[in-house]
Amino acid sequence: MKIIERFWLAFCFFLLYAPILFLAVYSFNSGDAMQGFAGFSWVHYQELWQDTRLLQIVLNTLILALTSSLIATAIGTIGALAIYRTERRLLKQTLLGLNNVLLVSPDVIIGAAFLILMTALGLKLGFLTVLLAHVAFSIPIVVLMVLPKLQEMNRDLVLAASDLGAKPTEVLTKVTLPVIAPGIFAGFFMALTYSLDDFAVTFFVTGNGFSTLAVEVYSRARQGVSLEINALSTIMLGLAFVLVLGYYAYSQKTTSRKATKLKEKVK
Amino acid sequence: MNSTKKRFTEAYLGVYGLWLLAFVVAPLLLLLIQSLNVPGQGLSLANYRDFFTSGPYLAMTVNSIWYAFLITVITLGISYPLALCLTKLKHRQFWLLLVILPTWINLLLKTYAFIGLLGKDGLLNQSIEAMGFGSQQLLFTNGAFLLVAAYIELPFMVLPIYNALLDIDPLLPAASRDLGASSFQTLKKIIWPLSMPGVKTGVQTVFIPSLSLFMITRLIGGNKVITLGTAIEEHFLVTQNWSFGSTIGVVLIIAMALTMALTTDRKKKKRRQRK
Repeated sequence: MKIIERFWLAFCFFLLYAPILFLAVYSFNSGDAMQGFAGFSWVHYQELWQDTRLLQIVLNTLILALTSSLIATAIGTIGALAIYRTERRLLKQTLLGLNNVLLVSPDVIIGAAFLILMTALGLKLGFLTVLLAHVAFSIPIVVLMVLPKLQEMNRDLVLAASDLGAKPTEVLTKVTLPVIAPGIFAGFFMALTYSLDDFAVTFFVTGNGFSTLAVEVYSRARQGVSLEINALSTIMLGLAFVLVLGYYAYSQKTTSRKATKLKEKVK
Repeated sequence: MNSTKKRFTEAYLGVYGLWLLAFVVAPLLLLLIQSLNVPGQGLSLANYRDFFTSGPYLAMTVNSIWYAFLITVITLGISYPLALCLTKLKHRQFWLLLVILPTWINLLLKTYAFIGLLGKDGLLNQSIEAMGFGSQQLLFTNGAFLLVAAYIELPFMVLPIYNALLDIDPLLPAASRDLGASSFQTLKKIIWPLSMPGVKTGVQTVFIPSLSLFMITRLIGGNKVITLGTAIEEHFLVTQNWSFGSTIGVVLIIAMALTMALTTDRKKKKRRQRK
């Protein structure tokens, strides 16, 4: 049994990482194609470094992801609070239903609907329209991450705080928000992932002036392969890996700290 | 004090409600109106009539659903055992992060990797030739489309199943084993039913995007697999026939809502039967 499990794990991780590693290996190819490794070289990294257009697009993508996730986290948290506080069942169900609409809609539908909306509003397609669309499809996931934390929250905490004379703003900032913080962070990271991973919606609502990495790669890939893209993916993979390791080390540290605290309490 | 709290709630509702109206209700409503607004005819159902009487469009719809179904089945088949193995590992949080890591690489970059892998002189073809078989056409086939789509959706299936498996009380499988069930029986009768919520979430998060993976049909499928997503993109961005594109969009939304309603109904019925 153990052997089968190990085999399946190895197989799956091979499946998951083979294409990415393949990209990474060929970024060091001195030749110009993803076939027949001609020799090791940094030439594609130098090309990437001189390609200011591509670097600008990477920067755009990151700025877009951060801004849209921040806005989505704020509105999503407000939304979760609104759904949580609403007592009328019908209204609650309606809000939740509307929240989930964009979550279950295919990207193409969101893209098409937003293209119509933005044109109807007379907005010029560009950064603003893409930002609005990204905020829109990120909010539902933030709501879904925050809402369970609100429902798990001990209501007595809020009652105790207001009994002890805390104003509603204080209850919110000193009790509710700290309690639901893990949900808010999880929502933010999910929003970030969604935004960085999106292609279809952006493709619909972006104009000539603004492009994200996905859209740029799509148009370049249709013309053929360029190893600059490999170099860029390798750098991004490296960064993501460092982030994961950092996050893992951090979470291990905090859990062990929590554990010691508990032990002290037991003493 | 209570009135302030009420005012807070109203403010939350106001902000969120306005957002929902402006960016959820309005776009979808506009999509519906656009689908009814046939150029030169005013409001009419002509588009819908055309859609449902045209053989190619109906075939495409069926095709699209069939491929999304296949992608879902493949990812589920790989993900469920993977999630099960992951929960048994020592540093499972770390391994789970490694499963999620590829989602931070943009899906276009991953698709692009497959163009290199599956190409005419790509690595896979060279290995096939080295093994003594002739060079195969891999890129621009249905199989390639399924492979790449399943690859991209895999982490989204693993995550919910993994979470559902971790939520299972470890005493339950232990009890089942104590009572003499084989590990296969435990898996079938205890673990699988209890992990159903995760499987359902996974199926939904994979099935729905699979209907609209138009960039993969373009770059990998070589336009051989035409999905509803591809058709919508074509109508909106290539032929600029927004009206008909919206019609396909509305049909897609209705089809989705129907499948969801059907699956939940069936679940309720089952529960009643059990009672």
